[in-house]
Amino acid sequence: MRFFEDMRVGDRAEIGCHTFTTEEIKSFAQRFDPQPFHLDEAAGAQSLFGALSASGWHTACMWMRLAVEYRRREDDERRARGEPVAALGVSPGFRELRWLSPVYPGDTITYATEILELRPSASRPGWGIVTSRNTGTNQRGEPVLSFMSTAFVERKVPPQAERS
Amino acid sequence: MPQRHWEDFSPGSVSEFGPRLVTRDEIVEFAAAFDPQPMHLDEAAARASMLGSLAASGWHSCCLLMRMISDGFLAQSHFLGAPGVDQVRWLRPLRPGESIRVRATVLETRASRSRPRLGFVKFLFELLDASGAVLMTLTVSPMFARRDTTSAAGDGLSG
Repeated sequence: MRFFEDMRVGDRAEIGCHTFTTEEIKSFAQRFDPQPFHLDEAAGAQSLFGALSASGWHTACMWMRLAVEYRRREDDERRARGEPVAALGVSPGFRELRWLSPVYPGDTITYATEILELRPSASRPGWGIVTSRNTGTNQRGEPVLSFMSTAFVERKVPPQAERS
Repeated sequence: MPQRHWEDFSPGSVSEFGPRLVTRDEIVEFAAAFDPQPMHLDEAAARASMLGSLAASGWHSCCLLMRMISDGFLAQSHFLGAPGVDQVRWLRPLRPGESIRVRATVLETRASRSRPRLGFVKFLFELLDASGAVLMTLTVSPMFARRDTTSAAGDGLSG
């Protein structure tokens, strides 16, 4: 992870892609989102989605997994160059999550993240708050997922150190 | 139990679902699959993090809530999916061994302009711990079939 000071509004990265299989779509749905249209081909065909489709939570959770793996690769590269690695804090939440098109078995979703806003945290001096727009796009170039998330990221120079 | 339609949801109504016990094993298993940050996998890493001790991924909380409302009322409703989620706020960490409940408040109902066969119901879902403290809030407007039109839902996705 880069430090808060090294981030710029507009920075964008493709974090990875994932191909959704019928088996994992049904297995996720069985555990967390057991709607017939995520579990059964016939029910999917009769649904608004037109065919068996992945739970939107599944699509979003894969973004999270790929984001963590992307940051881990970034950290490994920084360590290999002898550079310090910033800590990632917790996330206060997200907003405006849109499931723009269904994700069907065999679809490959490419995920990306782009920095929308950077501001120092008022309550936690050693930290900045990063707001990002996160997206998923299928193999036909159609957007399937979009949301705005916020997260705390470590600052290189805490404000006290700056003044002293 | 009769299947609920869009017309059966009234603004202001409140219901509760659960409880459900959340185990350390399921927290770690979910994190390994979808949010493999050390603070969701390992006690020592969690102590060194902003969380202070091991806690569930916020996405796990979302998925647990989805399951609890599915069992609680969506399975007994003509639920057609949701176009998205307005807002999720992770207010307090969900720790292993916690017994969670969901409080569902209907905020408003709105007929679809483009598709007369369905309507939206805007909910505030609150994930509560055993003491009643709110761990997470989730605001979302799922779609439900309107009465007498339940056999014909396949008319496209948008709007």
